[in-house]
Amino acid sequence: MSSLLRLRIPRRVPFGLRAIQTSADTTTLAQPPSDHSQPFTVTLHEDSFRAYQCEKPDLEVQVTKDELLKMYKEMQTMRRMEMAADALYKAKMIRGFCHLAIGQEAVSVGLEHGIQPADNVITAYRCHPFAVMRGGSITGVIGELLGRQIGMSRGKGGSMHIFTPTFFGGNGIVGAQVPVGAGLAFAQKYLEKPNVTFALYGDGASNQGQVFEAFNMAKLWNLPAIFVCENNKYGMGTSAERSSSNTEYFTRGDRIPGLQVNGMDIIAAKHAVEYARRWAVEEKKGPLLLEFVTYRYGGHSMSDPGTTYRTREEVQRMRSTRDPIRGLQQYIQEWGLASEQELKQLDKEAKAEVDAAVEEAKASPEPLPEHLWTDIYYKGTEPPSMRGREREEVHNY
Amino acid sequence: MLSTTVKRSVRLTRHLQLPLTRQSSTAAEPPPAGGHMPSISTSKILRTTRDTAVRTPGLSWVDEDASESPRVILGGRETRKMNTYQAVRDAMSIALMKDDNAVVFGEDVAFGGVFRCTMGLAEEFGRERVFNTPLTEQGIAGFGIGVAAMGHTAIAEIQFADYIFPAFDQLVNEAAKIRYRSGGGFNVGGLTIRTPTMSVGHGGLYHSQSPEGFFMGAAGLKVVIPRSPIQAKGLLLASIRDPNPVIFMEPKVLYRSAVEQVPIDDYELPLGKAETLLSGSDLTVLSWGTPLYNCESALHMFAHPPPSIEQYVPKSIRSAKIELIDLRSILPWDVETVVESVNRTGRLLIVHEAGLTAGPGAEIAAEVQKRCFLKLQAPVRRVTGWDTPVALQFEKFYIPDALRIMDSIVDTLTY
Repeated sequence: MSSLLRLRIPRRVPFGLRAIQTSADTTTLAQPPSDHSQPFTVTLHEDSFRAYQCEKPDLEVQVTKDELLKMYKEMQTMRRMEMAADALYKAKMIRGFCHLAIGQEAVSVGLEHGIQPADNVITAYRCHPFAVMRGGSITGVIGELLGRQIGMSRGKGGSMHIFTPTFFGGNGIVGAQVPVGAGLAFAQKYLEKPNVTFALYGDGASNQGQVFEAFNMAKLWNLPAIFVCENNKYGMGTSAERSSSNTEYFTRGDRIPGLQVNGMDIIAAKHAVEYARRWAVEEKKGPLLLEFVTYRYGGHSMSDPGTTYRTREEVQRMRSTRDPIRGLQQYIQEWGLASEQELKQLDKEAKAEVDAAVEEAKASPEPLPEHLWTDIYYKGTEPPSMRGREREEVHNY
Repeated sequence: MLSTTVKRSVRLTRHLQLPLTRQSSTAAEPPPAGGHMPSISTSKILRTTRDTAVRTPGLSWVDEDASESPRVILGGRETRKMNTYQAVRDAMSIALMKDDNAVVFGEDVAFGGVFRCTMGLAEEFGRERVFNTPLTEQGIAGFGIGVAAMGHTAIAEIQFADYIFPAFDQLVNEAAKIRYRSGGGFNVGGLTIRTPTMSVGHGGLYHSQSPEGFFMGAAGLKVVIPRSPIQAKGLLLASIRDPNPVIFMEPKVLYRSAVEQVPIDDYELPLGKAETLLSGSDLTVLSWGTPLYNCESALHMFAHPPPSIEQYVPKSIRSAKIELIDLRSILPWDVETVVESVNRTGRLLIVHEAGLTAGPGAEIAAEVQKRCFLKLQAPVRRVTGWDTPVALQFEKFYIPDALRIMDSIVDTLTY
C-alpha cells in the first residue's frame, strides 16, 4: 500500500523516486474537441508511467469518442459478467475455483484496444475478461464456469481454462504460463510474423523461478514477448510488500527494460500496450516488462472474502476513488462525449447482454459422461481402453 | 520376501565372479568356465545385419512421396551401422529435414549434447533451429509447450532424466492436460521431450534414476523407452510425429554400447505396442530399456548355470521356455500383449530399474493380477531397484542385475 499512500509526493523528490499515479480520472483534455467524430488529443497525468531502462511513452494521446464509449461499454460488460459469475457461484451453480477480475477491467479491455487481432495473449487464472475480449463470448465463459457444453472448452475446463485461437488460456499454475508465452513468441519470431505475445502474470507469480527463466530466454533470443505483471497488490492473501524484496515489478527483468503503468486509467493502459507492441514488433527491441498497478475489489477467489489481510476501508477507498469504470465515465461526461443518460443506457445494455448470456448458458446441457474420455489423446491414438470411476466402468476407444 | 532375496543374491554373488563382457572367440584366453555370457555389445536382441534390420517387426516405412507405390521389396532399403546416439541423431535429422517448423533445443544441444545425440545438427540446419537453452528445465518444458501450442514441432532435450523433476509441473499440469482443459481446442502434440535415463553403473544420485513411473498417471502424455538403435530411430520419429506430447527416455548406457544396422530411410515403429523378443510358454519376463540386456543374461545363466551356482537352479526347470517382452511404451502400456502372454505362461516377472514401491511394475502387476487372476500360477514378481536413492557406491547393487533376475526366475518357476 505504501505506493498508494504516498501518491502526491512533492515535486522536489528526485524523478526516480516518484510514485506512480493510480487515479482513474487524472487525464485531461489537451484541447476541447470541436468535432466529436474526429480524434482528439488528451494529456495523461505526468506520473502515469515510470520507466526502467527505457523512455517513457509520450503523455499526449489521441482518442476518439467512439473508442472511449466502446471501452466504457466493454468494461461495464466485463464487470457485469464477473458479477453474474459471483452470483452464480454463490447460488452454488458454479462449483470449483473461480477468480474474478472486478476492479481490473482497465487492463483486460485496455490490452485488447492496444493490440492486433493476430497477437497472442496468455494469462493465469484470472482470465474471464481476456477470454471474451480475445474473441470469446460471455455465453462461452459463463457456460464454461457452469460446466456446460456451450462453454468455450465445452464445459471440460472450467474457470481457469478458457481459450480462443489467439488466447492461450487461463492457466491454473502460478507462473507456468510465462515460459509458455516465451515459446509462443518464439514461434511468432520463427515465422517472421509481425506479431507479439503478451504473457500476463500477477505480483504473486512474479516470485516464481520459471518467470525469471522465461525472462532470460526471451532477452537472450530477443523474442517479441511482453511480460505483463498485473500488480493488484496481493498475491492471494499476502501483500506485495510481504512477498517481494523488490516490489517495483517493472524493474525485475534485469536487462529487460520495464514500464510501470497506471492500470486504473484505461487510456494510460491502452497507450502503454501500444508502446509495448511498437517496441517489440516495429522496433524489434525484444521483450519488455509492463507492470499495471491495479486493484482487485474481491477476494483472491470465491472462497476468500478478501478482508482478512486488508481493511474494508482500503477496499472501499479504492472503489470510490480509483475505479477504472467510474474514471472513464467522468472523462466521457466532462469532455461532453455523452450524457449520463446515454451512459446509463450503455449500462442497461451491458446488463441485458450478460443476463441473456447467463440464461443461454444455463440452458445448455452438461457434457455427456463419455466426454470424460475424449480430448485426452489425439483421436485415434488413444490407448485401447481407459478406466472409469468404478470397476465396471471401462471406456474402450 | 524382499530380505530373503537380498540375502540370497548376496550369497550367490560370493560364489560367482561374472565376466562383465563376453570375450571374443579370437582372444588368446580360453572361454570362461561358465560359458559365454551375453552383454549389450554381443546381445542377440540386437539386429546386426541388414537382412534382420529391415525385417524389424512393426516397422513402417515413411516414404517421401506418398503417391509413390510402396516399395514392398526390401532389397532397396539400405542400412548403416549405428549406435544409439547416432540413430537418435539420424531421427532428428530426418525430422528437421522434412518439417520446416521442427526445432531442437536444450542444454548444450548446439554443440552436440553431452551424449552427442545432436552432433552437427546445428551446422546442418542452422542455429535458429538447433539451439542451446539456458540451464532452465522448467523453462525448457514451458517454452516447448508454447512452441508446440503454435503448431510447431518442438523437440526439447532435458539433459538427464534426473533433471526432469523441475519440469514436472509443466509436463503434468500443462502439456498433459491442455487438450482436455481446452475441450479439444488446443494441444501440444508437436512436443517431444528427449531425455537420457537409467543407470550407467556410476551415475549416482542425480544421473542414474529412472523416472518413467512418475509420469504413468499423467493421462495425455506418452512415455516411450527404446532398447536399441533401430528402435530408437523408429520410435523417436513416431514420437515426434505423434499428435500427443511424448516423453522419450533414452537409456544412456546404450548410446554407445548398443550397435545395430539401422535402415537409413525414414521409418516409424508403433507407440503403445510391446514387442515379444523371445517366445516361451512357462514364464513371461517383461522389461524395457537397459534391464532387457540383464534379462537376456539372466536367461542365459538360468539355462546354463555356471558350476558355482548350479545347485541353486533345479535341473527340472532349466529347460523352461521363457518369454521376453520389451514393453517399449510405458504410457500407454500394451496391456493386451502382456495379458495375452501371461494367460499362456501363468507367470510374470517384471524387471525395471526404478525403485519397487509405486514403480511402473506396481501398476502392471495390479492390472495383470486383475485380468489373469485365474491363470496365474505364481504371484507376479518384480525385480527392481531398491526403495533407496540410487547411491553412487551401491549402484551396481541397486540395479536389477542378471543374478537377481535369475534368482527371481527360479523363485517364480518353483513357487
